[in-house]
Amino acid sequence: MKVKVRYFASLRDKIGRSDEQVSFDGASATVSDLWTKVSNIPASDSILVAVNMEYTNMNHKLKDGDEVAFFPPVTGG
Amino acid sequence: MTDASLKAVSTPSIPDEPRTTAKTELAREQLIRYSRQLRLPDVTAADQQRLLNTRVALIGLGGLGSPTALYLASSGIGHLTLCDGDNVELSNLHRQLLHSMADLGRNKCDSAQDRLRSINPVLSITKVPEYLAGPVLDTTIASCDLVVDASDNFPTRFAVNASCARHLKPLLSGSVIRMEGQASMFRHDLLHAPCYRCLYSPDEDNLFGSCDGEGILAPVAGIIGTIMATETLKFVLTGQSSLDGQLLQVDARQLNMKLSLLRNDPSCPTCAARRTSP
Ligand SMILES: [Zn+2]
Repeated sequence: MKVKVRYFASLRDKIGRSDEQVSFDGASATVSDLWTKVSNIPASDSILVAVNMEYTNMNHKLKDGDEVAFFPPVTGG
Repeated sequence: MTDASLKAVSTPSIPDEPRTTAKTELAREQLIRYSRQLRLPDVTAADQQRLLNTRVALIGLGGLGSPTALYLASSGIGHLTLCDGDNVELSNLHRQLLHSMADLGRNKCDSAQDRLRSINPVLSITKVPEYLAGPVLDTTIASCDLVVDASDNFPTRFAVNASCARHLKPLLSGSVIRMEGQASMFRHDLLHAPCYRCLYSPDEDNLFGSCDGEGILAPVAGIIGTIMATETLKFVLTGQSSLDGQLLQVDARQLNMKLSLLRNDPSCPTCAARRTSP
């Protein structure tokens, strides 16, 4: 299974790349599995994630061909 | 208009009525003032009157609240409730364009009122010069048609969201830091719309920086703030916003914008409370 991953804004700076393809051996993986694979930042609800342009959470099950976007929380004003 | 005349009408938390001249004179002045937006097919005279009759509560008069307030006031949102407990500091001035050197040390509501009245003198402005909480928060939210959250901290955002849920008020929420920002419209007036608490969980604040700590490029606050003003006007004019149930993420470093569809979180306690509110 292959997914396309994009990192947005300051997460892109922290992770050091803007997008990549990630492959999994098994047939099933969650967003949390993906996050652990691509980042050293602890999996946390504070990272926002959208799959195929729909906001979701770390427990979301991924499918082959999904586009996953991670973005940082923002609270300043 | 002198300083003294402004002070005379600026009792905190009590709305002061617009100063009316002869009615025909006011109408004529307004036709000229708003002529460039009345030329739009989207804004009829009745629409302009609707803008003038609308009350928006604006929470936070900083980097986001400044452009939002300036455009809402200039476009003729007739009733503004301005909320901020902060006083103006020198480090605010690079991005908080409501305030100027002469305002240093003043409460931001006072400073904002002067600036907005200098553009549009007939606005009705209510000032809440404090950090919103408790009964004052609820009174403020209950009295308006739409809430714009431009605050700078997590606890206020959750409290505002919960109060909007109690009073079924639409909440336009924006935030900004570094060179990035977000904006969403949470339709608490609709039964199954997602809310701020569906998006963010209050237990996780370790990654949440502030503009003081993390820095901010001033015009990025302008980008988000003007989007918030645009969506507020669209909402009043048409009953909906392009950000209804959407999260807009703006990355100014790469001039990238991304919309994600938000879903109601079935386990969201705020939405659960909203569904049972009278
Ligand atoms: Zn919710």
